[in-house]
Amino acid sequence: MRIDCPCCGSRDIREFTYKGDALALERPDPDAGDAVWNDYVHNRDNPAGPTRELWYHEMGCAAWLVVTRDTVSHEIKAVELASAAKGDVA
Amino acid sequence: MRFSALKILTEGLTGNKGWKPHWRDPEPKAEYDAIVIGGGGHGLSTAYYLAKNHGLRNVAVLEKGYIGGGNVGRNTTIVRANYFLPGNSEFYSHSLKLWEGLEEDLNYNVMHSQRGLINLFHSDGQRDAFARRGNAMINQGDDAILLDRDGVREILPYLDFDNARFPIYGGLYHPRGGTARHDAVAWGYARGADQRGVDLIQNCEVTGIDIENGRVTGVQTTRGAIRAKKVGLVVAGRSSQVAAMAGMRLPIESHVLQAFVTEGLKPVIDHVISFGMGHFYISQSDKGGLVFGGDLDFYASYAQRGNLPMAEHVMEAGMALMPAIGKARVLRSWGGIMDMSPDGSPVIDATHIDGLFLNCGWCYGGFKAVPASGWCMAHLMATNTPHEHAAGFRLDRFETGRGLMDEEGTGAQHNLH
Amino acid sequence: MRIDGNGLIDRAKPLRFSFDGHAYDGYHGDTLASALLANDIRLVGRSFKYHRPRGIMTAGSEEPNALVTVGQGAAQDPNLRATTLELYDGLEARSQNRWPSLDWDLLALNDLAAPFFGAGFYYKTFMWPRAFWEKLYEPMIRRAAGLGALSGQANADRYEKAFAHCDLLVIGAGPAGLMAALTAARAGADVILADEDAVMGGRLNAETEEVGEEAGRDWAAGVVAELRAMDNVRLMPRTTITGAYDGGTYGALERVAMHVPNPGPAPRECFWRITARRAILAAGALERPVAFRDNDRPGIMMAGAVRAYLNRWNVAPGRSVVVFGNNDGAHRTAADLLAAGVNVAALVDARLGAATTLDVPFYAGQICGTEGRKGLEAVSIATMSGIEKVQADALAVSGGWNPSLHLACHMGGRPDWAPGIAAFVPRPGMVPGLAAAGAANGAFSTARCLAEGAGAAQAALADLGLKPGQPDIPRAEDGAYDITPLWSVPGKGRAWLDFQNDVTVKDVNLAAREAYRSVEHMKRYTTQGMAPDQGKNSNVNALAVLADATGRTIPETGTTTYRPPYVPVSIAAMGAGAQGKGFAPERFTTSHKASVAAGAPMIEAGLWYRPSYFPAPGETTWRQSCDREVGFVRGAVGICDVSTLGKIDIQGPDAGAFLDFVYTNMFSTLKVGRTRYGLMLREDGHVLDDGTTARLGENHYLMTTTTAAAGLVMRHLEFVRQGLRPDLDVQLVSVTEQWAQFAVAGPKSRELVNGLLDTPIDNEGFPFMGCGAVTLGGIDARLFRISFSGEHAYEIAVPARYGDSLFRTLKTRAEALGGGAYGMEALNVLRIEKGFITHAEIHGRTTAFDIGMQGMMSRKKDFIGKTASQRPGLMEESRERLVGLKPTGDVRQLTAGAHLFNADDPAIRENDQGYVTSVGFSPTLGHYIGLGFLKHGPERIGETIRMVDHLRGVETTCEVCNPVFFDPEGGRARG
Repeated sequence: MRIDCPCCGSRDIREFTYKGDALALERPDPDAGDAVWNDYVHNRDNPAGPTRELWYHEMGCAAWLVVTRDTVSHEIKAVELASAAKGDVA
Repeated sequence: MRFSALKILTEGLTGNKGWKPHWRDPEPKAEYDAIVIGGGGHGLSTAYYLAKNHGLRNVAVLEKGYIGGGNVGRNTTIVRANYFLPGNSEFYSHSLKLWEGLEEDLNYNVMHSQRGLINLFHSDGQRDAFARRGNAMINQGDDAILLDRDGVREILPYLDFDNARFPIYGGLYHPRGGTARHDAVAWGYARGADQRGVDLIQNCEVTGIDIENGRVTGVQTTRGAIRAKKVGLVVAGRSSQVAAMAGMRLPIESHVLQAFVTEGLKPVIDHVISFGMGHFYISQSDKGGLVFGGDLDFYASYAQRGNLPMAEHVMEAGMALMPAIGKARVLRSWGGIMDMSPDGSPVIDATHIDGLFLNCGWCYGGFKAVPASGWCMAHLMATNTPHEHAAGFRLDRFETGRGLMDEEGTGAQHNLH
Repeated sequence: MRIDGNGLIDRAKPLRFSFDGHAYDGYHGDTLASALLANDIRLVGRSFKYHRPRGIMTAGSEEPNALVTVGQGAAQDPNLRATTLELYDGLEARSQNRWPSLDWDLLALNDLAAPFFGAGFYYKTFMWPRAFWEKLYEPMIRRAAGLGALSGQANADRYEKAFAHCDLLVIGAGPAGLMAALTAARAGADVILADEDAVMGGRLNAETEEVGEEAGRDWAAGVVAELRAMDNVRLMPRTTITGAYDGGTYGALERVAMHVPNPGPAPRECFWRITARRAILAAGALERPVAFRDNDRPGIMMAGAVRAYLNRWNVAPGRSVVVFGNNDGAHRTAADLLAAGVNVAALVDARLGAATTLDVPFYAGQICGTEGRKGLEAVSIATMSGIEKVQADALAVSGGWNPSLHLACHMGGRPDWAPGIAAFVPRPGMVPGLAAAGAANGAFSTARCLAEGAGAAQAALADLGLKPGQPDIPRAEDGAYDITPLWSVPGKGRAWLDFQNDVTVKDVNLAAREAYRSVEHMKRYTTQGMAPDQGKNSNVNALAVLADATGRTIPETGTTTYRPPYVPVSIAAMGAGAQGKGFAPERFTTSHKASVAAGAPMIEAGLWYRPSYFPAPGETTWRQSCDREVGFVRGAVGICDVSTLGKIDIQGPDAGAFLDFVYTNMFSTLKVGRTRYGLMLREDGHVLDDGTTARLGENHYLMTTTTAAAGLVMRHLEFVRQGLRPDLDVQLVSVTEQWAQFAVAGPKSRELVNGLLDTPIDNEGFPFMGCGAVTLGGIDARLFRISFSGEHAYEIAVPARYGDSLFRTLKTRAEALGGGAYGMEALNVLRIEKGFITHAEIHGRTTAFDIGMQGMMSRKKDFIGKTASQRPGLMEESRERLVGLKPTGDVRQLTAGAHLFNADDPAIRENDQGYVTSVGFSPTLGHYIGLGFLKHGPERIGETIRMVDHLRGVETTCEVCNPVFFDPEGGRARG
């Protein structure tokens, strides 16, 4: 698998570290309540299909990326910087 | 039909004409007392023990493909009871005891082989962590031996003791650990369940879960609607999709784990060995193939296949640990979908919907759990109360923080367990 | 038998080789298989289960029978295909899986017991009595199973891995692949052309047909020569593409020097990772057998392989050959045999109304049986008029051809059934960017292969934005294929499907009867397709038999999953570089050489090496050194390299706010020139890491992390910065490698430091937890008054290039003051004496509450992990919480990993009260001390509890105490 890093170009995934669903960008308010926080920290949509997820270009430019990827085909449809994507994640 | 040496003999002498199907291929009935969604190891064992332990005969297993087609047939076949956290210890200990009587119970040879498992360690810190684990195993009543470097060398002389990047300090030896023939476990449970009246319905995908007034009433399937008062959701990597049919969002992320087997070789590895500094564990099957695996590919996937970086890492770890296997050739690689939970431990629990029960979160340790998972899930479904050996596997532990079982200590990031 | 002819062997270069100890002759250009056949060796192996005699069946990597072992000692290489093993002078090959010899194999008795050894028999037996499985049955099965043997010795050969990139990867150099590569290369694309054969050309090297106006193989050689001369083309012969992966990544195995007797520095094999923007699968097709009674005898061979041996290697597989097929290819084989002067004893065609113009005995019928124990002697032919026996020593069989579509299916795609050729063909798009062409795509004439190759290349060029020229497609054979499917010939006896694993038609039928009706069940129950050929010779036939047995069509029955690798790949190749020290990078501190020179054993700390202790003359155990080094720090001054701790430089106007968010405690309030201990949580409320952070300037902080978590923390901080708080104006950079840092600890530390500083310091100007820039002999350095030992201590940081010099200077000066260097053992004792935690305590399951640091969790601000850390289960008094432990029993020892119990309770899980994490012998206090976690820990100070270490046989009682054993008021660090 290869990820098209916005800073570095197309690179093998061995350069990247995976974190998980891009919902991690939408950190709840501290007082949002137990259910909201449980959802944020533990629960996942875990779709079989397109998903937005976080990858870190650890062996490259150190950018955190939001990668839109299909979990069935592994096809990558979009890559953007997490700092720019923040707020886009509904 | 009961299998016996005499049966083999008489069939062999009469042209093997008398063998009967190991299970029926029934049409789904309109209603069952209990439905188990998922015909993998855990689902089949759940159905088996529902019938055997709890006398429920009007039970169906609904499988969208073929039985045993999921992780039970695509793992590295390791059976062990070497957990150290309360909640896990007693459960896996129970499971190993069930393994030890499984052939007799099922009248099916699952080739459970207690050849011994050795977890290697490579630093004082790792040794102490393994000592804590080994002591917990003994506290639980299981077996563990702490080997020093010479002790490891005595039984595994072919490891790299002279030139390794991470020298071997010793190993935690679990003599009752071992392997089993994975497919046979699914088939043995299937046959046993079928013999006790359970309907195994293959090519039957669940498309909806019927819920009325907070109670489950049945399921919709590609082969029609089926009513049931109790439904067990036992679908491993597909848990999130099936739970979503009941409006639930689970603490599960599905990841791919690869495994590998080499061409057949004369006996060379007599134990199950696990490397402590890279992701690598290995045993040799009775057919002679070296069966080995590593860690997740680390990205969410439903593809049942992986990529080269982890495959290469696994081979590299193999060469670092035991360069004597260099000329073994990898014949086949495959991938399974792992239902990764936030603390690396499973869930066997009732849900907020009456009659709907959940069994998931096995990460990549589900194979060894098959007997106890079914045993405890059946108990839960039949009695509506958690089994004492699975009392820790509650879904609400994440919200309350009570009784988390994070054996790896990596925290609530699903792919790190 | 070698015959005349002008094949691709060099008769001017004779070679000597041996098989099972007997010497034979061959020629350069031979494979071991062709040379064995030339020497009339028919029996080359034994089957897996029944130990049936087996001969060479194919001429390629799909060979199921002719597996041999080559090499002695550590070089012993098992399970090599004789059909792809290029002959070299001195090659010594041995047969496998037989005892005592290939000719007389004791386990051939299994064949007599075959009625009891049918599919899945082992699931039904070997269960009584229970203990016999591991003691008797399994060892017996294991010894009988397996093929070749590993030497048991560590690999001593060279293997490599490499990366390559291209516009277009062409997989296979037959007519389709050559045409594709030529078309793309002429258009300027970067092309890699890979073929598993040593000689490119594919079937053109095995056939007698013409391409253009010349022999097909000459045309191929001409194209290869043109490609070789082009800078934008890389030819990779002897290279099998093993797998198709995501993003245009392909695995490839190159047999670099397996055919060279003395390879020198060349690797035996190289595993390639090829990234291709587009790929063309032109891997050809594999001929499939027909199942009939006893179709596995030595001398029975694929018809296309017979042509290959005849035409390429000038070898006749027998003196009297029967040819049997269900397609026109069989006739071609008969014609080639005739042309080579070999007697064709019969041509048998299973198709209705078949006929021939060849001058050979012709039968419209089927082979229904064979004879000959260790080699074929006769075949039985069933025709409308009855069964006729024909004497023959070879039988060429063609059941049709299966496109080599494996790679196209590696991403889980399922192929389409093409009834016209009775075979599966790739469905377009199953692997993004990969298109099949030629025989791999079901195009079975040379003309169609050439056209498809050119067409696929043009399509790829268009995708790549390159302008395709008009391809010059030469004229070539375009004959009909005309197949009538024939999977198995009905009748009694055993008819083999999977030759290697001994799976017969009966086995598949039995599986179906016993409810293993899914193709996956059948495969797993019978083991069909699981042998080293991975079903290349048997899958389609077996599923056709299964379809018949279950009343389904072939497409309804479906295929099993095609999985990498296409051919087996040695672990040494795919894991190349990792043997010995190569497994992981080695990180060395600047003091490494000086520490080694001082005799310090260096131990692994993550990727780093750190000194365990510095032995003094006369010391015989590590404990003596450790005790002495602890004494340096407590009594004089000790020096320790702490450069391995992560150092993260944090700058920007919002640096303080950023740190407030990642640490539980406040850092924005820290004064410039001061350092503070910080605790960091994961978002799930558990401790991530700890360390000190210094404020070097108004907008400038320097964070230290633990050695173990340095990378993890950097990743975490970057996530917080980029993903959670992009609103903050702050930048991070790791400076771990840039600064060498040394602890100078002990009552004489200031004396030592002041001896080096250009401007001496005092307690007022540089108090405990102070920090600042200093100069040492004119060199800019940083000084931190922090302590991991509880003593008055400093850490001096200099640019890494001065590290070696500074360490030697510090060590010498410390020795002059009655101290010296100390290692990890002493460091560990010193920190336990002070109750300081490491990752033995913050092991990922502990909270700030557990380690008694709940007071560090600020109430005034939000921080990572704050909310989740307040979950009720993480705050319960009954949690296992940090305590100190002192042995009080007869056994004055503590062990890490031991568990804790109430004094009178049995040591069982139900009574578990906690466990010991860190222990050490404190020379300062004169007894063992330990840290551990105990339920209700801090509430139980003063209690006596029981420590049990079953594993090491150590049991004692302990007093629960405060984890700070030494100088609990902390006066020594401040003094």
